[in-house]
Amino acid sequence: MKSDSYVGALSVSDKPQREGAALEALLRPPSPWEMVVTYIRCVLVVAEIELRKLRHDPTELLTRAVQPALWLVIFGEAFSRLRAIPTGSVSYLTFMTPGILAQSLMFVSIFYGLSIIWERDAGILQKFLVLPVPRASFVTGKGLGAAVRSLSQAVIIFLLALLLGVHLQWSLIGVIGSLLAVLIAASFFSTLSMLIAILVKTRERFMGIGQVLTMPLFFASNAIYPLAIMPDWLRVLAQINPLSYTVDLLRGFLVVGAVPDALLDWGVLLLAVIVAQALAASTYQSIVL
Amino acid sequence: MRPMIEVEDLVKRFGDKVAVDHITFSIQEGEAFGLLGPNGAGKTTTIRMLITLIPPTSGQMRIAGLDVQRHKMVIRRLLGYVSQSLSADSTLTGYENLLVVAKLLGFPRQERERRIWEVLELLNLRDAAHSLVRTYSGGMVRRLEIGQAILHRPRILILDEPTIGLDPTARRSVWEALELLRNQEQITLLVTTHYMEEADAYCQRVAIMDQGRIAAIGEPAALKASLNRPGATLEDVFTSVTGNTLESGGSYREVRQLRRRAQRFG
Repeated sequence: MKSDSYVGALSVSDKPQREGAALEALLRPPSPWEMVVTYIRCVLVVAEIELRKLRHDPTELLTRAVQPALWLVIFGEAFSRLRAIPTGSVSYLTFMTPGILAQSLMFVSIFYGLSIIWERDAGILQKFLVLPVPRASFVTGKGLGAAVRSLSQAVIIFLLALLLGVHLQWSLIGVIGSLLAVLIAASFFSTLSMLIAILVKTRERFMGIGQVLTMPLFFASNAIYPLAIMPDWLRVLAQINPLSYTVDLLRGFLVVGAVPDALLDWGVLLLAVIVAQALAASTYQSIVL
Repeated sequence: MRPMIEVEDLVKRFGDKVAVDHITFSIQEGEAFGLLGPNGAGKTTTIRMLITLIPPTSGQMRIAGLDVQRHKMVIRRLLGYVSQSLSADSTLTGYENLLVVAKLLGFPRQERERRIWEVLELLNLRDAAHSLVRTYSGGMVRRLEIGQAILHRPRILILDEPTIGLDPTARRSVWEALELLRNQEQITLLVTTHYMEEADAYCQRVAIMDQGRIAAIGEPAALKASLNRPGATLEDVFTSVTGNTLESGGSYREVRQLRRRAQRFG
């Protein structure tokens, strides 16, 4: 290759005038509009990186299916026969299917932060942090990438529901609405997971906290039983749990056919994502300290 | 010639521990400068401050005349960084590893392709472009990482232990790539290493760090001559200026990471 095809961002020292101009261009602060465009572009690229990895090794899609399948086939079938939980006019299996979708996306997303600890240890994170690219875009891009991955779980659970004869409302709005809810909930839980990773920094501590979080988030929610049968203290916990709002949306879209508290549900989930993203983005680079 | 990197009275403390203790040095444009010393001497901390990853406790750093703390984003455009560990993504192909960085940098498609293939050609990776990095040799991975760091055509390339864990052939291929960049593109090189013979062969000037301080600085030949002993090596210089042998501590974490890295190279 010829050396003249490789002129630097700052050209070499024998061209002082060009260098001055190039340096001035570099020093000019970007306009807010440029910053937004750069941010969005980088978010999409970071999400693309996550999806490219998935393409080279799609086995993850299958392993994601195992747990929800077991819940629906074993737990769901058994409890349907018990008729222990009042679910109104729908069968228990139908009632719990949206809950299992929410639970399975939360279980996978809550461990997503492990990947940034791994990337930190491998030096991948440092490399990207040093690029002339806004750092917040990494947090948002990774959250988006994790969210898109979790769509596969929605597809798998829809297929399982068809196989098991679960009576879901297959309306276009219902399916689109529930996929959107899956995206937002998964980006919340994976961002929360990144935030934990940033704070605890080691895999061992991270795994411990992840284990401790999943069960309370799952059981203190309306995923597998209605709020109405809970004792007061549990209901209070369930009502501050973002998973409950996810289940509410999914159950509304897929079982009831309407979401009575749609505004509240979307509002809580969106607010949760924004707060988690802001916290993770502002602390992100401290993971390398 | 003019200074590309200037460091003045730089200090970094972590709690009670002083990792970098009032160091001052400068690196000329187009120079290959080696920062030598055992694990834990403060080399990596110095570099992490220069590349805007961590803030200094006190002191001044200027790159191309610009204050590093005040112009972080500009500084990141001026420099390329290759970290100590194997940071190329083994689950992607070599081409994809370069592609994602080029996309992040925001080049239009044509420019992107042109730069990627230029870099692959320059670093002798063209034939392996579409293989997964998992199948690369250690030297190829390292050259690919150098490729990722030069896509935006930085004026300075900073490498932390670029040849650690590599076999002799791979080490030579990495240094040949670096020499090519320096000679063809006048890129300034700042390299940390604890391989004294490599620094001797490839660096114009070196600084020997020990316990956070610069114990000696100058051209390898001059440093060796200062010992007034025939056949003296840089290692001898190190022993004489620090009163230490190269055998050194390094924290548990560093040693663990080093071993893990060695395992990954196979």
